Amino acid sequence: MIDKPVMIITGTRKGIGKNLAEYYTQNGFIVIGCSRGNIDFELNNYEHYCLDVSDESLVKKMFKEIRKKCGRLDVLINNAGVSSENHVLLTPLKEAHDSLNTNFIGTFIFCRESVKLMKMNQHGRIINISSIHVPLALAGTSIYSSSKAAIEQFSRVLAREVFQFGITINILSLSVVKDTGMEIALKEKIKRKILNQTISKDRLNIYDVIHALNFFINEKSKMVSNQILCLGGV
Amino acid sequence: MNDRIKLVIMNSIEEINRQLENEHQLEKSTNTVLFGEGGKLDSLGLINLVVAVEQNIEDEFDVTITLADERAMSQENSPFRTVGSLADYIELLLEEKLND
Repeated sequence: MIDKPVMIITGTRKGIGKNLAEYYTQNGFIVIGCSRGNIDFELNNYEHYCLDVSDESLVKKMFKEIRKKCGRLDVLINNAGVSSENHVLLTPLKEAHDSLNTNFIGTFIFCRESVKLMKMNQHGRIINISSIHVPLALAGTSIYSSSKAAIEQFSRVLAREVFQFGITINILSLSVVKDTGMEIALKEKIKRKILNQTISKDRLNIYDVIHALNFFINEKSKMVSNQILCLGGV
Repeated sequence: MNDRIKLVIMNSIEEINRQLENEHQLEKSTNTVLFGEGGKLDSLGLINLVVAVEQNIEDEFDVTITLADERAMSQENSPFRTVGSLADYIELLLEEKLND
C-alpha cells in the first residue's frame, strides 16, 4: 500500500475538476482523474484515465489498476457532469439518457466501486457534487435537476448502507463557480436569476469549494455523513 | 477452469472467515450453502464475499467481472446459493468476457 492518501476526481479535463486536481496533488494526495476527452496538462502525483464514467467495464478496469498500484482509496469526488437546458416539450430522449448516464449512473458506478476499495481499510470519504437547481427547480432544468436530485437521494441511502465501513457520503451543492465551464456556458440573465436566489447573491470561487470539500474530507469528520452543504446559501 | 474458480472462491472464503465468528464460519466445500435458506451468510456477509471473490477473480484471471449482474439478481436458482453454483455462474461470466 502506498503511503500517500489516494483520491479519485471525475471530470478533470477542465473547470472545477481540473482546479481540484491541481490543488489536491499539491496538498499531499495522489489524484486519479478521468474524462471523456484527452487532457492538455500534466501534474505530479496525477494519473489520468480517458473514459466515459458510465462505461462500467472501463471504470472497473480503472479500479482494478488502482487497487493493484495503490492498495487504497481514501476520497472520491464525483464531479463529472453534463448540463442540459431545455423545455420538457423540446427535450430529445437522447438528451435525457445522456444526462442521466453521466450525472447519475456515473456517480452510482464510481460510488459502488469505491466502496469496495474503501471498505478494505475501513475508511473513506465520498463527496457527490449536486446543484442549486434541485431546490430552485427553474423552468428549463427538468432533466439536469432531476439527474442531480437522483444523486442526492442515492447518497442518502448509500450513507446509511456504508457508515458501518467507516465511509461517509456527503453532498456539495453548487451554484455558479467563477471562471469555470459552468459560468461560461450560462447566459448572463440566467446566471443572475440563479444567484439572486442565494443569500450571498454572488458567484462562488474555487477556494469556497475546496474549503467545503476539506471539511468533509477531514479525518475528524467521521460523524459527518448524509449532509447537504449548499454554498452561498439557498 | 471451474476448478481454478472454485479455488479462488475457497481462498475468498478463507479471507472472510477471518472476519467471522466461529458459528458463522463457512466450510470450504463445493456444497457449502452460502446464502438463502440454511446459508450462514447474512446480507453483510454476502457483500463481503462478493467483493472478495470479484477482487480475487480479477487477480487470478486478469479480467474484471461484476457479480451483481441482473441475471444473478433475477435467477430463480440464485448463483449465490452454494459454492458450486457460484463457480458455475462465474465460469459463464468469464467465458463471455474472454470470448469478447
